[in-house]
Amino acid sequence: MTAILQVKGVTKRYGGLTANNDISFDVAPQEILSVIGPNGAGKSTLFKQIAGFVTPTTGEVIYKGNRISGLPPHKVARMGVVRTFQETTIFKSMTVRENVIVSHHLRSKASLLGFFFGSSQAREDEAEFGKSADDIIDFLGLQAIRNETASNLPQGHLRALGMAIGLATQPEVILLDEPFAGMNHDETMRMVALVRRLRDERGLTVLLVEHDMPAVMKISDRIVCINFGEKIAEGTPSEIQANPRVIEAYLGSEDAAIGM
Amino acid sequence: MTDQTQSVPQTRLSATRLAGVLAFLVAVFVLVPAFIALTGRWDFYYTLTSVALLSVAAAGVWLTFYIGRINIGQGAYALTGGYVSAILITQYGVSFWLTLPLAGIFCALVSVGIGLPILRLRGVYFAMVTLVLTEVARLTALALPVTNGAKGITSIPLPGELSILGLTIIPDFATLANPKLAFYLMAAVLMVVTYLVLWRIVNSRLGHLCRSLQQNEELSASIGVNTAMLRVLAYAISSFFGGLAGAIFVAISQSIYPSSFVVQDSVNFMLYCFLGGLGYVFGPMLGTLLLYFGWDLLSVAKQYQLLIYSGALIALMLVLPNGVLSLLDRKGGRK
Repeated sequence: MTAILQVKGVTKRYGGLTANNDISFDVAPQEILSVIGPNGAGKSTLFKQIAGFVTPTTGEVIYKGNRISGLPPHKVARMGVVRTFQETTIFKSMTVRENVIVSHHLRSKASLLGFFFGSSQAREDEAEFGKSADDIIDFLGLQAIRNETASNLPQGHLRALGMAIGLATQPEVILLDEPFAGMNHDETMRMVALVRRLRDERGLTVLLVEHDMPAVMKISDRIVCINFGEKIAEGTPSEIQANPRVIEAYLGSEDAAIGM
Repeated sequence: MTDQTQSVPQTRLSATRLAGVLAFLVAVFVLVPAFIALTGRWDFYYTLTSVALLSVAAAGVWLTFYIGRINIGQGAYALTGGYVSAILITQYGVSFWLTLPLAGIFCALVSVGIGLPILRLRGVYFAMVTLVLTEVARLTALALPVTNGAKGITSIPLPGELSILGLTIIPDFATLANPKLAFYLMAAVLMVVTYLVLWRIVNSRLGHLCRSLQQNEELSASIGVNTAMLRVLAYAISSFFGGLAGAIFVAISQSIYPSSFVVQDSVNFMLYCFLGGLGYVFGPMLGTLLLYFGWDLLSVAKQYQLLIYSGALIALMLVLPNGVLSLLDRKGGRK
């Protein structure tokens, strides 16, 4: 397996607290890999380190042979690894379409000065962004709310919009932070189908952090389980379900928590 | 919401907007001078010139609001710009017209040095540091030998002639029969240019990125925006306007003291933006006009001036929290 993303011995300490301890795993191209674990296990910290928001104390993250850990988030995003956020982080007072258009920033060829004076390159860029934004909106089925202000949208749409913002940067690896949180069964199933389409139709590699076990089991190619900052298991959904350490981590509620 | 341009103010230059801009220009450059000539209220020129130059500085403050930072330090840059212009004119004999951009550029450079560390702060913490800046600038002006301490720099000559290839573009102000009008026109032209630039910034990609920064810096970074660079850039442009305003002030008052711009002025710049409306490019201009003129007109109320003024401010913020210009949106039936 030639990995697109490698997490190598990543450790993060905050004073005496070790949030992540020597975590390593590889992600194959066009794989859907879930990181699971109880609350406070260090999943979000791990994600932040991959996306450049937090620098690992030791260890490194390698993307296509280049080290990306320690780079600022905008540089990591430029290289093709983009994170979407837990809950509903979007540009609230912009419309859906504006949200997606502004997220095309990485792809602008004209300089900011060019945009200021309205150079032909800048106008070309703007037209292209508009078209690409419409494509993404259609892809995610958000046509009906295209011109709605984001702060007026319900939860499910916000999550989709967060994904649209991520897609607009044209990433190769997308990190989804709890994409199914707070969703009912039907919404979750629609979102599962959508995440699959990200991979199947857009060729993305998807990393996700999630609590919803039935969804994780359904969607993932492989799963990494973390507890108390350490990786305790890695494998296919069926391997993870049978792993005694994972069952122990979700103590006493193996049937309910693991969802089978 | 029926069309996609509505939520961004002034995205497209529609016919009504063009008419509005034309009406504004006519009012500034024709109606005001005509009105003053008819009524003989020459003192209005001084007030209106002040409004114009203060609104240039307020435009800068507005831009820092646009990236989500509360800036109460514009007085520092106005003071710095004023001193740069005054020192260059009196000690190095540089033409006033050249000192205008130089003062702005100097302030922009200084603000990059100051902004790099302090722009990492957010909300009230940034506001507190900027509040200190004005006082630091005042004390620096008191302490440095080049600024002549508390005595300030006085008897600064009027702006000289500006000519290109022997062609006089702006005559020497000292030879003019009516320098008040000339100052008014100069300040008004600079104000119009400033707001044109600001309008263009806000409606180009730069403005969209600033808006993304204002709403969520983390998300902005993860879509690939170099947030640190963009913040410093916006702050430098803001300070450029501050320095420019300071330099115009020097030309008009022909003097500058460490107390020419104090904390009160910095706070006022912020109030102008609040009152006009933070969501509207032309908000600070209107805010400056209303507050500065309002204060002047209220002087008939004698000892009740401050009471009425502050009461009106509180009432306005309660009734129109998004600024006076939000009235336009209400009338149009938008939300």
